[in-house]
Amino acid sequence: MELSEHIKTANVEDVTLRRPFHPALRGTLCVTSHHLLFSDRKDEASWQLLILLKNIDAIEKRAVGSSGTITIKCKDLLVLQLEIPGMEECLNIASSIEALSSLESVTEMYPFFYRPSHLTLNGPWGLSSTEQYYKQTERLWDRWRVSTLNSDYSVCPSYPSAVIMPREVDDDKLIRSARFRQGGRFPVLSYCHHRNGMVIMRSSQPLTGANKKRCKEDELLLQAVIDGSELGYIIDLRSAQQAQQARMTGGGFESKSFYSHWKRIHRHHERGKVVQESLIKLVEACSDPSHSVDRWLSKLENSKWLSHVHSALSTAGLVVECVERDGHSVLVHGSEGTDNTLLVSSLAQLILDPASRTVTGFLCLLEREWIQAGHPFQQRCAHSAYSHARLKQECPIFLLLLDCVWQVWRQFPLALEFSEALLLRLAQEVYASNYGTFLCNSEQERCAAGVKENTHCLFQSLLRPDIEEQYLNPLYEPTDLAIWPSVHPQSLQLWTGLFLRWTEYAQNMEEAREEVWSIVKEHHEQAGPDRTNNTLSTHCDTLTPFENLMDELTIL
Amino acid sequence: MEHHLIRRVEYVKLLNTYPEKKSALGTLYLTATHLIYVEQTNNNTRTETWVLHHHIMSVEKLPLTASGCPLLICCKTFQLLHLLFQRERDCQDVFQSLLRLSQPVKEEELYAFLYNPHQNEVDRRQGWEFISVANDFSRMGLSNEYWEISHLNKNYEICSTYPSILGLPKNASVAVVTGSAKFRSRGRLPVLSYYHKDTKAALCRCSQPLSGLTSRCVEDEQMLQAISQANSNCPFIYVVDTRPKLNAMANRAAGKGYENEDNYSNIRFQFQGIENIHVMRNSLQKLLEVCSMKSPSMSDYLTGLENSGWLRHIKSVMDAGVFLAKAVCDERASVLVHCSDGWDRTAQVCSLACILLDPYYRTIKGLMVLIEKEWISFGHKFSHRCGHLDTDPKEVSPVFTQFLECVWQLSEQLPCVFEFNERYLIEIHNQVYACQYGNFIGNCQKERLDVRLHEKTFSLWPYLLKNQHLYRNPLYRRSLESTVLRPSTLPLHFKFWCGMYNHYDRGMHPKQSVLDQLLSLTQKQVEGERTMTELQRQLAVADGVLPDPSGPINTPAEQDGPSEKTPTAPVVQSNGSCAPLINGDAEEAGPGAEKCNEKEGADPGATEHDLTSSEDKPVSVETEHSKEEEQESS
Repeated sequence: MELSEHIKTANVEDVTLRRPFHPALRGTLCVTSHHLLFSDRKDEASWQLLILLKNIDAIEKRAVGSSGTITIKCKDLLVLQLEIPGMEECLNIASSIEALSSLESVTEMYPFFYRPSHLTLNGPWGLSSTEQYYKQTERLWDRWRVSTLNSDYSVCPSYPSAVIMPREVDDDKLIRSARFRQGGRFPVLSYCHHRNGMVIMRSSQPLTGANKKRCKEDELLLQAVIDGSELGYIIDLRSAQQAQQARMTGGGFESKSFYSHWKRIHRHHERGKVVQESLIKLVEACSDPSHSVDRWLSKLENSKWLSHVHSALSTAGLVVECVERDGHSVLVHGSEGTDNTLLVSSLAQLILDPASRTVTGFLCLLEREWIQAGHPFQQRCAHSAYSHARLKQECPIFLLLLDCVWQVWRQFPLALEFSEALLLRLAQEVYASNYGTFLCNSEQERCAAGVKENTHCLFQSLLRPDIEEQYLNPLYEPTDLAIWPSVHPQSLQLWTGLFLRWTEYAQNMEEAREEVWSIVKEHHEQAGPDRTNNTLSTHCDTLTPFENLMDELTIL
Repeated sequence: MEHHLIRRVEYVKLLNTYPEKKSALGTLYLTATHLIYVEQTNNNTRTETWVLHHHIMSVEKLPLTASGCPLLICCKTFQLLHLLFQRERDCQDVFQSLLRLSQPVKEEELYAFLYNPHQNEVDRRQGWEFISVANDFSRMGLSNEYWEISHLNKNYEICSTYPSILGLPKNASVAVVTGSAKFRSRGRLPVLSYYHKDTKAALCRCSQPLSGLTSRCVEDEQMLQAISQANSNCPFIYVVDTRPKLNAMANRAAGKGYENEDNYSNIRFQFQGIENIHVMRNSLQKLLEVCSMKSPSMSDYLTGLENSGWLRHIKSVMDAGVFLAKAVCDERASVLVHCSDGWDRTAQVCSLACILLDPYYRTIKGLMVLIEKEWISFGHKFSHRCGHLDTDPKEVSPVFTQFLECVWQLSEQLPCVFEFNERYLIEIHNQVYACQYGNFIGNCQKERLDVRLHEKTFSLWPYLLKNQHLYRNPLYRRSLESTVLRPSTLPLHFKFWCGMYNHYDRGMHPKQSVLDQLLSLTQKQVEGERTMTELQRQLAVADGVLPDPSGPINTPAEQDGPSEKTPTAPVVQSNGSCAPLINGDAEEAGPGAEKCNEKEGADPGATEHDLTSSEDKPVSVETEHSKEEEQESS
């Protein structure tokens, strides 16, 4: 296999590993096609560290005498140091890591080789499909249908094969609308509100261009969405000025005169490079050893990361306001409709829909709104905060989503069935994974690469056979209401769970989490007296002395 | 009382911080002790806002608007009330009344001198004896072969602002003690603050030496020598001046200053760079401006937070506390701490070090002891710093608030090490400014004795202990008890304390509370344990083993009271707090009434009539439903 050709030195002995908050370890380092393996063979009890090479974002080499030091900076923000005796070995290891951590070909990636014994490749892949969502959502049956016009991905290469459309609009009209939208991403249904049947649609920008072109079919489609009701809202995720400027490059916005029943609201969201740079700056600020509070606050402000969190939650709140409070349908789009659009529409669903706050519901939401909806994961997550590579299409929008979900959880700590640990796991998996879920940029690409046939699905594996306890929120109490987060700057916080993940602080928080679990478990044991005879009898034991005391008092 | 010019104004609007929320009309009442705003909403529920006059920091008339005459009331608890009057006259009258009511001139006018929490003289005495600094000295192991409890200051002759009992090194003679006191600012000589049994290292405190540019004092040098000799584990002591070096040097010109290392054998001298009370006061002012910004952007907020410098100051206090704790436990070195007078920064730093070193001070009762010891008895000037009376505004400074915040910052970083939760700290903060109990009135022990505070007022601590179930931290792990805390002092661990400075902006807080949830889960168990001990106590009383304090049989019944069942609402009972309206006599006002804020009256029949006429009718209280809150911003 050609991957192994990159490996010039497979094994080095006497390597010293340094990790934050752990004593240094001495052991053997191995490089394989997909992993970096460090094993500390002291006597029988051996300790191993296995890192996916794809998780490595940047490495730095330094010569110290005859040996070399490699600093490994991972996409999950872990930083490791390896001291390797022998300069040549050090350079060989470094070059192997560099080559193997930046593989371009999807089918060479580890998910295609990951074959754990407890999982089989046969059987359905993923948790849900457009058809299933349609079947579950009774509210849709009357006015909406599943269209398979994109079954060969020819109408829109980044859409899934099936989409939910208004019944009264036929596929021909949809094809014309698709031609009028960037990347063919015509307006499709994203969510139908269980309370009032109002919908959230999403799309890309219309290609009105400088000449203010129009598309009758696109107008008809949107007209059909609101179905005679007074008004719908278009939430344009660009400032009005940006939307105007987009016309110069062939894009544009829905003009009031042609879409008379739609009211357009502009909300500026940063995208692409700007957001990626925010992440880089924030991670840099978090590892700044300086002891000045002013410097920290100024760096935190300057990174703008929390501003992005603020905008995302505010706009999601706006969408929720339109749908839930005012009872109107909403169309969300920015330019391409693959990034901020998905961020806002999925956050709005989390706030609105109790079903999306369960573990399964949330994973289904991610699958529908991010994976099937064509968020280009491979491009966006090629590099993380440490890479020195020139930025191409990288953008941590998915990480931003997870951060926003964390903010919602912090404000409604009982409303989500899942825990912070699940968000952290996803934050890790999206950059480097054993599973095929986050591979490729669209369903079409996944089909072509045979992802579903040759890799395992992360979401399925998370749920099978039983979700691990650490991913559950012990305090979960479902609520039917919208969970509307506050977006006051005072209400939003740095996601310490992610950004301080490898510090002592994380260990303190872990202790607190364990304590919460033990309180909840203890309570369940007490609250369920008829579960076993055993607990029942102890229950009685504790009651007796009270009663005796009471008797004595009454007598007195 | 003869004070207030106006008692009741109708058609007053309480403007909401959030413009999207409609503000309704209501009635404003001024009693002898409280400002009460009653809002009658359309669905027949009443919302009452109670503000204790002592909590009012400033009253300001804003420029007239088309909709009426606005009055802005800022509170020491960081509550803001924006009232709108229809008539200029009413606004002016309320303004005048509040100015007088919120700034009493004499100590006897303070709430604590009127307030009686239904206790008799025995309760009162026991309440004051409940927390004892002397007991804490014994807990530390005093007296022992190195340290002793001295009564040299029993008439406050050596130092008028120190307590009557002092911990002093055994081998310091009376001449050395008195000599050293004369060489220290205001006679605040080096005395023991905390003795660390395991290392034999001592934490001592004093004020700056009167060293000027060249002066020295043999007795003071011998005093430090004696402190050093009391610890055989370390050949030197640290002398920590908590001020910035520049400030300390400026003091030398005025005949004060800091220790010259050449004159004292075996000291290691350190500056810590905590700013003075004026800088802190201004910093808080700036912080509060940030807190009250109308819809700021994230950048505005973070920049404002940075420019206020507040968290920088908090970190400087924390850094100094950590330095002391490390010196004591890692280097086994004794430390002598001072600032200028040794009652502000020194109190902050010593008490913080105590918390880091000794798990006892992380318990509900232990924190009371610590505050009593390091703050009240050592003469932190609560009356001046909190502006209880109409005095020099330049004396006011949030020094104690900063200490509470440091404790909160620790609890955020180490969620399992404190027996109490955030509400305990906020309640203490409110009580410090409320002057409902006598603890925080006066500037030193002698002053309190002179006004016979213990005979005329009640102690806060028994009241807090009675409600301790509200203040428990369900995550508290006793197994961590013995550990010395080693918090990280990296800047990113210092967070803005929304629960304190934006306490009354409920919309900013998490809409569901993990604390409430866990408290209610653990409540049953705790209640069971409590009933058990209570019943056992009653048995003991019945058997004649224990003396019978008044009405012990009632106590379990009280435990079933509404406030106990709803740990979500801290201190909600306010029985008979309306009485002062008629006779100006506050004796009937219930405990904690001053902080019953925005209660939702459940009884639609309870109209203003009840408020003015009924004497003992409790104001109905209903805890807010979390579900309503979820929808709040909608």
